[in-house]
Amino acid sequence: MNLAAEVNETLAHYSNVLIYSAMAVYTLAFLAHIAEWVFGSRSAVGRTAAAITAEAAAAPRAQVTVQVGGNTAEKGGTAVLERPKVITRSAAGSRDVPDGPGAAGGTEQGDVYGRIAVGLTVLALLFHAGGVLARALSVQRAPWGNMYEFSTTFAMVAVGTYLVLLALKKNVRWIGLPLVTTVLLDLGLAVSVLYTDSDQLVPALHSYWLWIHVSCAIVSGASLYIGAVSTLLYLFRDRYEAQLENPKGKKFGRFASSVLERVPSAASLDKFAYRINATIFPLWTFTIIAGAIWAEAAWGRYWGWDPKEVWSFITWVAYACYLHARATAGWKGRKAAYLALIAFGCYLFNYYGVNIFVTGKHSYAGV
Amino acid sequence: MSTTDTDTAADTARGASAEERELGAAGSQLSTAPSEEISLPSLGLLGWVRWFWRQLTSMRVALLLLFLLSLGAIPGSLIPQTSIDQLKVQTFKDDHPTLTPVYEKLQLFHVYSSVWFSAIYILLFISLIGCIVPRTWQFIGQLRGRPPGAPRRLTRLPAYTTWRTDAEPEEVLRAARRVMKGRRFRTESAGDAVAAEKGYLREVGNLVFHIALIVLLVSFAAGQLWKVEASKLVVEGDGFVNSAVSFDDLKTGQLFDKNDLAPFGFELDDFRATYERSGPQMRTPRTFSADVTYWQGADGAERKARIKVNEPLEVSGYKVYLLNHGYAPVVTVRDGEGEVAYKGPVAGLPIDGANLTESMVIKVPDYHNKAGKKDQIAFQGQFLPTWVRSQGMFSVFPALDNPTLVLTAYHGSLGINGGTPQSVYQLDKSRMKQFMESDGKTKYARALAVGDSMKLPDGAGSLKFEGVKEWATFQVSHKPGNEGALIGAVAALVGLAASLFIQRRRVWVRAVAGKDGTTVVEMAGLGRSESAKLPEELADLAVRLQADAPPAPEADAPAPEADAPPASEAATSPASGTEPERQPEPAPESKPEPESEGEPESDPAPGADGTDPADPSEGAHA
Ligand code: HEM
Repeated sequence: MNLAAEVNETLAHYSNVLIYSAMAVYTLAFLAHIAEWVFGSRSAVGRTAAAITAEAAAAPRAQVTVQVGGNTAEKGGTAVLERPKVITRSAAGSRDVPDGPGAAGGTEQGDVYGRIAVGLTVLALLFHAGGVLARALSVQRAPWGNMYEFSTTFAMVAVGTYLVLLALKKNVRWIGLPLVTTVLLDLGLAVSVLYTDSDQLVPALHSYWLWIHVSCAIVSGASLYIGAVSTLLYLFRDRYEAQLENPKGKKFGRFASSVLERVPSAASLDKFAYRINATIFPLWTFTIIAGAIWAEAAWGRYWGWDPKEVWSFITWVAYACYLHARATAGWKGRKAAYLALIAFGCYLFNYYGVNIFVTGKHSYAGV
Repeated sequence: MSTTDTDTAADTARGASAEERELGAAGSQLSTAPSEEISLPSLGLLGWVRWFWRQLTSMRVALLLLFLLSLGAIPGSLIPQTSIDQLKVQTFKDDHPTLTPVYEKLQLFHVYSSVWFSAIYILLFISLIGCIVPRTWQFIGQLRGRPPGAPRRLTRLPAYTTWRTDAEPEEVLRAARRVMKGRRFRTESAGDAVAAEKGYLREVGNLVFHIALIVLLVSFAAGQLWKVEASKLVVEGDGFVNSAVSFDDLKTGQLFDKNDLAPFGFELDDFRATYERSGPQMRTPRTFSADVTYWQGADGAERKARIKVNEPLEVSGYKVYLLNHGYAPVVTVRDGEGEVAYKGPVAGLPIDGANLTESMVIKVPDYHNKAGKKDQIAFQGQFLPTWVRSQGMFSVFPALDNPTLVLTAYHGSLGINGGTPQSVYQLDKSRMKQFMESDGKTKYARALAVGDSMKLPDGAGSLKFEGVKEWATFQVSHKPGNEGALIGAVAALVGLAASLFIQRRRVWVRAVAGKDGTTVVEMAGLGRSESAKLPEELADLAVRLQADAPPAPEADAPAPEADAPPASEAATSPASGTEPERQPEPAPESKPEPESEGEPESDPAPGADGTDPADPSEGAHA
């Protein structure tokens, strides 16, 4: 009994050491990303400007059906030569602008730093995951019983999602810097303000629904976060492209242009954000349903307008708003993007705000 | 500012050219979303009613109502709600005398049953029904109809491919139909082309989702209207029967008849609680469990069960939940004549959450004083499960480590006979006199350990602290419509997944005899959204079709390197030779492919196969 307690304390201690190590490595990754952006900027080539101005010069905006891309079917296919060439066109209304070259801006030096940053992120994630695992072993339950554990797991899943997307060869390396920055902030907050010693749960949280409900909430939040970053960048990049189109208008500064030039095109960012949000929406729906089933089992009612429930509902409705907006003429684009950001704001408030400012049945042990 | 929006609007406005109209026909009815109509109605009452109905059931208003719904839900999470915690509402009202009347007017203490909140969701659901019904009809119409014929210029569609073959056109078209049918497309031949469509389940999913929302709401409403929610405090050894009179607190929905409570009952045999003994979360409860003996019906067989926090007892369609617990000191009170005036447990009211210090009131109405005259006495004080003398009159741990009962005593009139119901936890001292020590100045009070007695001054009687029992409060609840809610939720989830992950798309195959005696085959695809998978699928279909319509050898362009810009391939396509009109426009030449990024051209879709949500924003109204 005593021995077991000691083992658990040692594990909890290791967990903390691992989390601090992960933070150190994330900091290095952060610096490498900064270097990537700094050294990459030298060769920012203004391709977007070139594409937009060339297009504007060549033909008026009716150009909406110009062919782009193409050969989609060929990519990665082994039977490259046998497959027919498929020509694709983008839909009406979107600018035909190529994606930016990424943070490295096409330079070799920037790219090296970028690769180092990704490598460091992988290493940091290993420490991070080790820390979360040690914490779980020390308490012998799912490692998300309080806000400290919730925050560390949340950051872990966000980084994991990013690395999986990268491994799938998706064009997401540009998200590295904002992601690592917020992960550092999140972990910093977790170890300083939210820290709670590893311990058991109050009886109300003893249930396998904890695994189901909370893990879904964490995965949803982490992915929606990546969607929100993409949406935010979309808003900037969209304005940037709009200003390039309008030669007489005010221009972005050199710094902002250099950053915005390198991220993917507004259309790509928008589509990426939509796909994440739309993919996660059913999962978030399931999270709420699972929570309701758990509440029914624990408290005798599946829905009681508890603050946490209310804000999950608000978040859900806000994302439903966003999905509706995308299907409504005149609400696509920027307006829908604002809705998506509001929706993510609701998620964040539900996660931090409700636990800290509002008391309800969901208040966890220690914050 | 919002350039994108104006662009889109301009494009829509400009889309009146014949060609775009034709493309519009090809893409028509790919969904059942209501079209946006902002024009003012023609005159007449009927016109206005119809206009109003159209507005209410439009996407725009649905969006607005959804937004209002989430906005309206906010105050309820920030202001105390009577349905959740009446006590907190009272405290809030006492603290905010100026705000309270305003809040009361706005019904902010019961947001979720307020008139304005109800108005929002009722409007939303009228809108929803008004939306679903026509969309369902429209969809049935689409199921009966056939995919629209091929647009004249297939090259204008989002995905396009072409080749020449020696097979006859009719042969190619027949093969195309077979290939498409094999891939579960609905096909239709018209003239020199075959039209095919797939992904109707997307629309089904969308309709199922929205209908499931109605099922959910109806079940929720039924649950509210016929609910039973009652609570009862039970001391170990005591029992309880499910009837309106036996509850401490009974709330029922507006439509529930209190005489309809199902007959069952139980007895609390044993309650156990354990607490964390060390560490920062010391005294946090770790386990709660209640062993009960229960029976169903008027005289059903007795059965044993254990109720825990997450594990309610289910009996006769009711659920019995364990909510709370505390201690009930067992006392024996003797009056001035030495007779037992009261004997049994008295439940205390916990006053500090963590350590279970309880406030105690023991009322003894049947009492005779030393002279044999009728009087009433009462004891008031605290029960401390763990008393440490040096730490004052508060318990330091919630378990029974050093149970101590600290009491003072009064005599006089309890005021029970007055008629107004009294709380068992409160003592009305207005007509009572406190017992004093023999010096006449200090108030009489004693701290008792288990087994101790206190003798009231002047032989007024005694109280013996016999032991401690535990009590638990149970919530008994019955809510119809839970099954409906669950079915609705699951259906909503399934429908949602289908609606977001299935892509509705059309494919056309045209085969015409070319001038050189070969057949020109053209294939094109159109989806509701611009998806990376549509060109893939088109290529797959083409490969299959090429089994029956092999590309003519001379048409086989020399294998181009993978990196070559698409325009060059398009230019080498044989179609350009046969029919200049169909020639694809050249693509912007320069799309340099940077080396550094993994694959910047690739689509940043998060999902692999099958998890690629169709994007309604693109092409939906093109
Ligand atoms: C309780 C309120 C509602 C909620 C929570 C809700 C939620 C949703 C969600 C999450 C979607 C996305 C699924 C998809 O894109 O296929 C959707 C789509 C849709 N909703 Fe609703 N909805 C509600 C009410 C309405 C109403 C009142 C209308 C009628 C105007 C409506 C019409 C539509 C249509 C037409 C689509 C499909 C858009 C498309 O074709 O892409 N919804 N809804």
